[in-house]
Amino acid sequence: MAGTRGYVNRRLHSLLGVIPIGIFLIQHLTVNFFATRGPEAFNAAAHFMESLPYRYVLETFIIFLPLLFHAIYGVYIAFTAKSNLSNFGYFRNWMFIFQRITGIITLIFIAWHVWETRIAIGFGWAELNYQLMEGILTEPFFFWFYIVGVISTTFHFSNGLWSFFVSWGITVSPRSQKIMTYASIIIFLAISYVGVRTLIQFAYGI
Amino acid sequence: MSENKTITMIITRQDHPDESSYEEKFEIPYRENMNVISALMEIRRNPVNADGEPTTPVYWDMGCLEEVCGACSMVINGTPRQSCTALVDQLEQPIRLEPMTTFPVNRDLAVDRSRMFDSLKKVKGWIPIDGTHDLGPGPKMPESKRQWAYELSKCMTCGVCLEACPNVNSKSDFIGPAALSQVRLFNSHPTGEMNKSERLQTIMDAEGLMGCGNAQNCVQACPKGIPLTTSIAALNRDTAVESFKSFFGSDQRV
Repeated sequence: MAGTRGYVNRRLHSLLGVIPIGIFLIQHLTVNFFATRGPEAFNAAAHFMESLPYRYVLETFIIFLPLLFHAIYGVYIAFTAKSNLSNFGYFRNWMFIFQRITGIITLIFIAWHVWETRIAIGFGWAELNYQLMEGILTEPFFFWFYIVGVISTTFHFSNGLWSFFVSWGITVSPRSQKIMTYASIIIFLAISYVGVRTLIQFAYGI
Repeated sequence: MSENKTITMIITRQDHPDESSYEEKFEIPYRENMNVISALMEIRRNPVNADGEPTTPVYWDMGCLEEVCGACSMVINGTPRQSCTALVDQLEQPIRLEPMTTFPVNRDLAVDRSRMFDSLKKVKGWIPIDGTHDLGPGPKMPESKRQWAYELSKCMTCGVCLEACPNVNSKSDFIGPAALSQVRLFNSHPTGEMNKSERLQTIMDAEGLMGCGNAQNCVQACPKGIPLTTSIAALNRDTAVESFKSFFGSDQRV
């Protein structure tokens, strides 16, 4: 039955990456974007999210457990691949490698980001407000760390969405896969803008 | 003029499956319209390397010499392909020949592709038609379907797609695109379709369909132009439906 388990794990990995993690990512970036309307708007939006009913259940089942599974199984997938870009420099092969590299970068970024924000808040070392992020992002090192982390995350999601459509047999024909490639590029640019714009707001106040 | 022209070849050689490989350089006289196999035959005729030392003849596998058997696949200047259709005039020199790295080397350029044939057994890559009595003619196949299924039937188990795949390597047990596409071929056949679910079950594991990482090198590398990635995506759809049927139950399962 090890075979069936492998099948279910892989299917689950693909599903969780989009539902719920991908949806959470977009929601998270959108709520943070309130920062561009000023600290009060951000604080109001953040406190609304913070005060959602049965919040720990939501956090556990929509964020932490799916994220942990996707991350741990993803590291296994990433390290069973063997890059051969030198002989096969095709676009999809580059995307294949980038997907694995950004997966690892995103894992490091998210681990740090969760530690610095959610866990710090949970232990009472920090308070959830505009000033917390402003304090982190006005340091140039962390500003660039977040830029790399956010773009890596949005790439991993957008390209992963392309793979999701193939892995579930939605885009079968080469033409539909090509159109999905363009769609995933647009999604990447759009959500990267949302993320980076928010970071600039926190770091430079503009 | 052409009598003085030579071809330089650098060949990765290995004397025994358990020994390590080494490179040997050859200079062979040029003739017009040579392919890599006729160049290798020239070395076999006169097994002397570029330093003028006598050596053992280079060993390789071949069969049909017209790119339908798949036996003569090797890595030529970094690209896995059939040596019979690799024309010397179209290759950059020195011509580098290496055995495919995905398979165990028997000797020199000859590899053991057994794993591919084992995969075909695993996925039930055939149509069971034998009975104890004459079963009569099978159902007819629509012409439009026959046309695309014919493209899938061109697979010669040459191993180029496995060599090109970043997920087929020593760290994974992925069976590779070739056998997967054969599942789609036999499932598309009106008689083969009767065992569709059985065949899909054989690839619903981490070594089967789930081993694919969508790098899509296979479809670029396939010498027969088989739409391997379309097959994989189609099987992704079929197995997704199959999972629902087998888990929630359907009229196909009591």
